[in-house]
Amino acid sequence: MAMTKTKKQKKLVNYSKWGYFFIAPFFIVYTVFALIPLLNTFYYSFFELYTVGINDVKGPFFVGFDNYVEVVTKFKFFQYLGNTMIMWVMGFVPQILVSLLLALWFTSLRLKIKGQKFFKTVIYMPNLIMASAFAMLFFALFSKGGPVNLYLVEKGIIPEAIDFLTSVGWTRSLVAFMNFLMWFGNTTILLMAGIMGIDQSLIEAAQIDGARASQTFFRVILPLLTPILIFVIITSMIGGVQMFDIPQILTNGNGAPNNTTMTLVMSLNQHLVSKNFGMAGAISVLMFIFTMMLGGIVLKITMGDNKIKKINTTPKKNGKGGRK
Amino acid sequence: MSEVIKQKKLIDPNNIDRRGKESKFRLYVSRVVSYLVLAFLTFICIFPFVMLIVNATKSHTAITQGFDLIPGTRFILNFQNMIDHDNMPVLSALVNSLFIATVSASLTTYFSAMTAYGIHTYAFKFKNAAFTFILFIMMIPAQVSTLGFLNLIAQMNLKDSFIPLIVPAVASPAVFYYIKQYMQSILPHEVIESARADGAGEFRIFNTIVLPMIKPAIAVQAIFSFVFSWNNYFVPNLVISSKEKKTIPLLIAQLRNADYASFDMGQIYMMICIAILPILVVYLFLSRYIISGITAGSVKG
Repeated sequence: MAMTKTKKQKKLVNYSKWGYFFIAPFFIVYTVFALIPLLNTFYYSFFELYTVGINDVKGPFFVGFDNYVEVVTKFKFFQYLGNTMIMWVMGFVPQILVSLLLALWFTSLRLKIKGQKFFKTVIYMPNLIMASAFAMLFFALFSKGGPVNLYLVEKGIIPEAIDFLTSVGWTRSLVAFMNFLMWFGNTTILLMAGIMGIDQSLIEAAQIDGARASQTFFRVILPLLTPILIFVIITSMIGGVQMFDIPQILTNGNGAPNNTTMTLVMSLNQHLVSKNFGMAGAISVLMFIFTMMLGGIVLKITMGDNKIKKINTTPKKNGKGGRK
Repeated sequence: MSEVIKQKKLIDPNNIDRRGKESKFRLYVSRVVSYLVLAFLTFICIFPFVMLIVNATKSHTAITQGFDLIPGTRFILNFQNMIDHDNMPVLSALVNSLFIATVSASLTTYFSAMTAYGIHTYAFKFKNAAFTFILFIMMIPAQVSTLGFLNLIAQMNLKDSFIPLIVPAVASPAVFYYIKQYMQSILPHEVIESARADGAGEFRIFNTIVLPMIKPAIAVQAIFSFVFSWNNYFVPNLVISSKEKKTIPLLIAQLRNADYASFDMGQIYMMICIAILPILVVYLFLSRYIISGITAGSVKG
């Protein structure tokens, strides 16, 4: 008996070495193409290193935190962070409200919405569209001589063509609207899974006790949904910080009008293209710190809080949840 | 008997609110409102693409004169013009994008599955450390290490090459996490043990037994990886410089960049169509699997 046990243990140890073999490719590639570059980025954020003209490289000279000071003062880090956040909020507020409403409707046993498959397919579709092509399409549609202006003028809704892309409000709104369109379907489906994860008997109990729809929502569903809502908010914010393709293509990379739609990654991209590596490094590190702070919150929610039920699109128990 | 019926009525959610006609009327109104809102959202999701396709069938003059929904007859001509355009290597960009996206998707799914299997099956010393590490790096945005990445590929002489666009796909934390979750729900250790008893090697067990078992997860992630790579603009824009190596998003940017004014509007809409339609068509066929793939793995239980 004792013999077999040690034998078995030995066998287990033998096999367990295979684990390294299976995870090796991932870790080797990650180290080479992501970890070392990340450390390299940190390193260069403390050096002055830029290129004048085509190939005249200046530096690297160690400058301490000078790059960070310059990024914040001369290159308006906080203004670009502000732009990014404003456009994110403008898209996200309608997104979360519409998604919550749709998720409630789709899961409502009272409403029994028909054609859910169709609606879900349609509202998720923009998420897969190439963001740069989508921005290019909106640029063409909303340009001064574009179809939107042509139509509105022809129908007499506006007296003359609006130059959408020279107005701060319009340009930001277009970016926000595109972000909204691309993401509200995704959020709806996440929230639906969250609502279906809630024990239906709690909702039924509230209804039997005579709670109105609004009471059921605010007193039962919303509190149970809070962890998932926070998860959605923070992950969307992390995505928002990385906003690039849409404003880049829509404004041709210049953040027009007057840098009001310039996002952080757009300015990072500018420094990378012009080979001003010290500045690019400093922006990257600041972005990294900001994202890690947000990420810490996500990790705390997803790992620490047991209240989140395992999200699954398949309905819980006896098929409740009102699809079909 | 009558009690059973009464109970049934109680449970039926339509009868819980027993305010009779008023309640029925309210239900009717909220149904109408919800369908109207859904119809509106459907409209704004679809209409931009309808405008895109309609305009791609028209001539430049027809597009600049006004908008209507009647398709033109120049779809094929616009397509032909776009392909023949000297500064826009559309065909080679299509081939490049297709190649990069296909290879990336294959690498991502195969090696993520391998990593997930390694962590799922074996009890090695750094197993938990490795898992926590991958969860942690999942949140680091790719853009923040781009500077170092560009330095690295310059040193490796890989500028203007497809390798930096393909090989990093091997290490994809999000895909790993999804497949790991899937394995947890579907792959019992007994299967592996019985395969071992039959004398199969570890690597062979993974390739011939485990991979077929996790096919659905692989398929979903392959689609997402393909779409991500196809749509990717940020990194290719900084890596690729020569005309014949450009991918589709780079041509879109080029279209917006210097050439916009010099282009026939029909061709511009056609170019956007070329970028979007392949994904749209695939999506229409596979939407069921894609939508069910969104939620699983996004929140840990």
